Amino acid sequence: MPKHVLNPNKWIDLYIDYLFNYTISRVNNRDIAQDLVQETFLAGLKSMKNFKGEATERTWLISILKRKIIDYYRKINSNKGKAEVRITSNNDTETEGDWLQNRVADPFDKTAEDTLQNEELGNAIFNCLSKLPKKQAKIFRMKTIEGIETEDICNELEITPSNLWVIIHRARTAMALCLKENWF
Amino acid sequence: MKMKLKIMMPCSEAAHICDKSQYNESSVWEKIKLHAHILYCLTCSNYVKANNKLSLLIKKSQITCLDKKNKESLKINFQKALKDAGIK
Repeated sequence: MPKHVLNPNKWIDLYIDYLFNYTISRVNNRDIAQDLVQETFLAGLKSMKNFKGEATERTWLISILKRKIIDYYRKINSNKGKAEVRITSNNDTETEGDWLQNRVADPFDKTAEDTLQNEELGNAIFNCLSKLPKKQAKIFRMKTIEGIETEDICNELEITPSNLWVIIHRARTAMALCLKENWF
Repeated sequence: MKMKLKIMMPCSEAAHICDKSQYNESSVWEKIKLHAHILYCLTCSNYVKANNKLSLLIKKSQITCLDKKNKESLKINFQKALKDAGIK
């Protein structure tokens, strides 16, 4: 098996979206997710010499991120009072005074399977995205995931709209094929 | 004046309209033309199906990205750390 090497110069470009998504599905707050991702990159940089080359860069960074997320929850839960406030922050006046147990099951809440499936789907999409040529992946991400207007993307990357649509078309075809193989 | 409406179009145009409609950027007339086209074109019909499914999956997965400003600031911070660590 070939040994994996670390290349921190490319970390941000290659893994930031994947790590950010991984975090946001666990902490549900953009600012906190951003901080955790940043801490992960810095921690990775510090402990580069501990990298044995057995896992890929991404797996290794995710393992650091997991520790960071656990640490984050430990930190906010160490204060008992805070945890209590979070549970009772239900403002619904009708159910006020009801037992806490009655509030636990929320029929509109996502089920565990749903969340799990969405997460796997997100991973599959990012895996397919990483297989695309760099330019296609970038434009597809800007247009589809970030939802930037066509005109803005054209101005930023200095391409014509027809050029953009050709790239989008190629990216979409490749993505659909890749997801068909890996997901459906 | 008699207006001639062109409802037939080549597959490349159909694919382009299909891509645009995934981002809600196609006009009503374009959508009508696309639907007329996929009535007789199996290839485009399959493409439309795959494309719609792709959009649905992306929506369902709720994937999100850091916005550009935050990404840049994170990049600058990391670049600084890289310099401090002595990595080019």
